Parts: sequence; structure tokens; C-alpha cells
Amino acid sequence: MTRSLMMAFLLGIALAGCGGDDATLPDAASTSGPGSTADGGGPGATTTGTGAAGGLEVFREVPGQGDGPLSTLVIYFDFDRTEIRSDFNSMLAAHGEYLASNGNALVRLEGHADERGSREYNIGLGEQRAQAVRRVLLLQGASTEQLGTVSYGEERPAVTGGDDEAYLLNRRVELVYR
Amino acid sequence: MWMRTCRSWLSASLLACLVGVSLVFSANGQLRIEIRRGVERPVPMAIVPFAWEGSGTEAPFDVSGLVSADLGQSGRFAPMDERDMVSRPSLPTEVRFPDWQIVDVDYLVIGRIIEDAADRYTVVFQLFDVLGGEQIVGYRLTATTTELRAASHRVADMIFEELTGIRGVFGTQIAYVSEQQEGDERRFRLIVSDADGENAQVVANSPEPLMSPAWSPDGRRLAYVSFEGSQSSIYIQTLRTGTRDRVSARAGINGAPVFSPDGRRLALTLSQDQGNIDIYMLDLATQVLTRLTQHRAIDTEATWSSDGESILFTSDRAGGPQVYRVPARVGARAQRVTFEGDYNARPRISPEGDRLAVVHRVQGNYRIALVDPDTGLTQVLSTGQLDESPSFAPNGALIIYAAQENGRGVLASVSTDGRIHQQIASVAGQVREPVWSPFPRI
Repeated sequence: MTRSLMMAFLLGIALAGCGGDDATLPDAASTSGPGSTADGGGPGATTTGTGAAGGLEVFREVPGQGDGPLSTLVIYFDFDRTEIRSDFNSMLAAHGEYLASNGNALVRLEGHADERGSREYNIGLGEQRAQAVRRVLLLQGASTEQLGTVSYGEERPAVTGGDDEAYLLNRRVELVYR
Repeated sequence: MWMRTCRSWLSASLLACLVGVSLVFSANGQLRIEIRRGVERPVPMAIVPFAWEGSGTEAPFDVSGLVSADLGQSGRFAPMDERDMVSRPSLPTEVRFPDWQIVDVDYLVIGRIIEDAADRYTVVFQLFDVLGGEQIVGYRLTATTTELRAASHRVADMIFEELTGIRGVFGTQIAYVSEQQEGDERRFRLIVSDADGENAQVVANSPEPLMSPAWSPDGRRLAYVSFEGSQSSIYIQTLRTGTRDRVSARAGINGAPVFSPDGRRLALTLSQDQGNIDIYMLDLATQVLTRLTQHRAIDTEATWSSDGESILFTSDRAGGPQVYRVPARVGARAQRVTFEGDYNARPRISPEGDRLAVVHRVQGNYRIALVDPDTGLTQVLSTGQLDESPSFAPNGALIIYAAQENGRGVLASVSTDGRIHQQIASVAGQVREPVWSPFPRI
């Protein structure tokens, strides 16, 4: 619930940027490029604005919205592993670029584990997962001040259930933009 | 001998040692104990309802009923149903041993509750060997109304020790974490109850996770992890007063606190700014922090050796989690302790210091196992799929742990000889992370 409120807030910033004076909102693009559509673009589409005229509707991708790489806010991990899977590279690159070009954006990396095994060891796994995501985002240009980490281990599962599907969905790092 | 000195100090000191945890809130979830597997032939005995010698028709507390429940729940004794008793003696002169020999009980307990003054009672009881036709022991102890429950556990402890040679733990407590969905919010509670699950008191209560409770050696304080404010912190709370101190709220992990045997230091897990998850030692008086391990791997779940000289912990420095030991001083080298299996975590040392209880993975199941740290010999004790958080009873004869049944968190216990299994179900919500208290101070 808090997350959807936050997203509404971020979306609000983006929309304000669309109609208002872009000079007052450095992180919001107000000009549109030709062909900008509501479904956003690739990893480079965090801001649009090639300066071309056209009167098309302005779109700016924000984390958690749309269906571009920025829309994904959860990274999943293999059992007992803390390395980033290659299928999350483009998504993390998009978030890294977004953070690099939006210096005021803050994100909390919440690491989690599935319920198997001992609890404090799982706190350790969640922390290492959050740290792995943090390192990638730093490499992509995010600054240390923008990134916080916390590990909840197995204490806050995304889904309940004791099958492999539930375990897979619980081994994760959530990007929580603030 | 403990039993002999018991007599002299008991009446005088019972008041002092029966003072329990102060009531903060009453927990709405109680625990219920059920024996899953006991000894093959529990010892038959008869506990005759204690006579009441005071005003009114009955005693303010059913002392003999609780003594009977305690001894029955231990799995080692089979107290007979009071409806099957042919006679109900309360004085030694009233005991006719043939009455009890004929129903095949080995032991007989009789007693009285005497009202000495307002809110002042004396409990007298005697234990008899039925076959030999003689008294084994007899004791007298005093209590106020609110102390009668604890006094009953004490009676059960004395009978248990006399008959088994093992100090009883009915008078001890357990701390555990409960989680309950309340409307659209989850509620985490840290609860302290008697070892039988009764008398549950809420120690801490939060919408964010609570974790890893640990008793101080004197049984007066609990250390635990709280995520209030969406950040992990370690608190130490005094049970009687409810006052608490935040002792660690550093960046990253603040986890797995355990008191040293002298109660002056806390071993804990920190990740700090660099994200390296290591074991530290915090001097509680001076706040001096000493780093005990330095490794890229996860080092966590410390526990102290009984002499306080070294620390055992979980580390995945060799791949999967295994138990290591490191002297409790700067720059010492850690040595691996467990080798059997690819997952051994969350060590706890037995009160005698000779064995470790760990979470051990076998064929994809997480179970409680005992490890002999000298030989590495591993004995699996529990039978679940997701068993965790083993904690020794202070007499070393039982281990309480967390298990799952039908997707619900429950507590369970197993005797260290593997013979007696108990399930301790919560009436409401999920329960986990049980930790057994030390013996009450004498």
C-alpha cells in the first residue's frame, strides 16, 4: 500500500513535469521526442526529449511504471545464491542510469530470503543480495548517498507457501524508491 | 546435595526466587503441549489431589493438578486418573500401600495446602515408593496466592529430580516470537511464558519483525532484534521493569545477539558500511566494540562456549554454512567444527559444554541435530522438514525448537536422547524462535 502511494507520488512528479515549467523540476523532462509513446522505450528512455517538435503527448518513464526495464522493482535469486542473474542486467542498468540522472532519487534495497534454513543466516543472505544489487547500481553511476540497504531475511515473505514457486518469489531484493 | 540443602533454604528463599516476569500485557495466544512420542513405558504414579486446610471450600490453586500435568507432559511419567484412585490420603498415616500396589503404580505423592494467614500458604508434600512402602522425600514450601503456580512447578521439579536424577525444568520459562495477522496488519510479539506455555506475557509488540531473543545468564533481561523504523536494531530489555536500551543500531545488519556467560558482553552480527557480515563483541559497560571475524563470507549466529573464552558461529566461507570456532579475542583464527553434511547452522552449546545443537540439512530437510565437536559425530534428533532455532533446556536433557506443521509455525521439543517428542502448538498465530531461560536464581 505504501509503495503504491509512493508510485502515485512519483508519477505525480512526472506529470507535473509534463505540463509545467521544466526549469523548476530538473529531474523531469518536458519535451517530447517523436515517437514517444506511453509504453516508454529502452534502458535509455528514463527521460525523453530530443527537442523535436510534434505536439505528441509527453511521457517520462519512472520506476515501477509502464513496462520498460524501469518498471521492474524486484530482482530474484537462485537458491542459496547472492549473485545477480544475467536476466536482470538490463533492468538494473536502467535503474542505475535513472539514479545517475536523478540525483535526488533515493532507493532502499530490501534483501530477502526464502524460509528454509536458519533465520539469522537468512538475514545474511538477504544482506548479501542487497549488497550485490547496490554494487551494480554504483557501477551504473548511482551514488552511495542514494542507496540504502536492509535485510529482512525470511521475516517478510512476499508470498506464503512452502513450495518451490513461493520460495523463488521470496528470494529477492526489492527496490523501494522514496 | 541440592535436595538436602533445598529443605533449609526453600521456605526462606522461595519468595525471592518465585518472583517472575512483570505483567505488561496478557498475551492472547497460549501454547498447548502434546506428547508425540514418549518413553516406551512411562513410570506409573499416583498424585493424590492435595487436601485443603483453610477457609472456604477449596484451595485458591490446584497445586496437585499442575504437578500431575507437568510430570505427565514430561513424557517420562504416567500419573493415574484421580477417578481411578481407591483412597485419597493426605497424611502419611492415611496411606495404605496395598491400595496402590493393586493398581500397579510405582510412586505415590500426597500433600496438603495450608492457609497460614491471609494470602500466605504452606504446601506440604511427600513422595512414597509404593513397592517398598516407604517415604522417599517430603518437603514444605510457602507461597502467596500468585506464587502458587510457581510453587506447583517447584514441587514437580523436586519429584522429577528425585526420581530421574535430572534437575527439573518445570519452573523455568521460555521466550519466543509470535506473528499474527490482525486486520490488514501483521503483529510481531516477543513473549515470555512458563515452560508449559502458561502465564504468557508480551515483552515487546511491533508491526515490524522481532527476532532472535536471547536470555541474560541471570534470566532478568532479554536481548532481541527489532526492525522498528524499518532498520534492524538490537535492544536489551529488563523483564521486571520493561525498560529497554538500544545497544546497536549501526548501518546494515544488527543481528544475532547473545550474552556472554558472565553477562557483561554481547556477541552480535554486524555488516556496517562495507557490508561485510562478521561477528563482533560488545562490552556492555564500556560500549567498546571488538571485531572477532573478518571475512567476505557470512559470519553470524554466534554462541559462547561455557567458559566465555571462545565463540562458535555459522559461516559459509567454505561454500555452504558450517560451524566454526574462534577465540574471543582480536586476531584469532577460526577453525571449522562441523564436517558432516552440507548445511550446519545456528549452533548452541549444551549446558555441559560437550555437545552442539545445530540446524542440519539432510536430504533437503532441515532438522535439529546434536554434534560432538570433538569427533564430529552427528545425531539427527528431529523429524520435520523446516526445523530451526534449537535451544537447550538448562538441564541439558531437552531441546526446544521451531517447526512447521501444515504451514504454521509451532514449537516442539525433543529429549537429547531422542526418545521423547513434544509438540507445543500455539492457539493463535504462528510461533517461532523459542529460547529456554536459565534456571531460576536460588
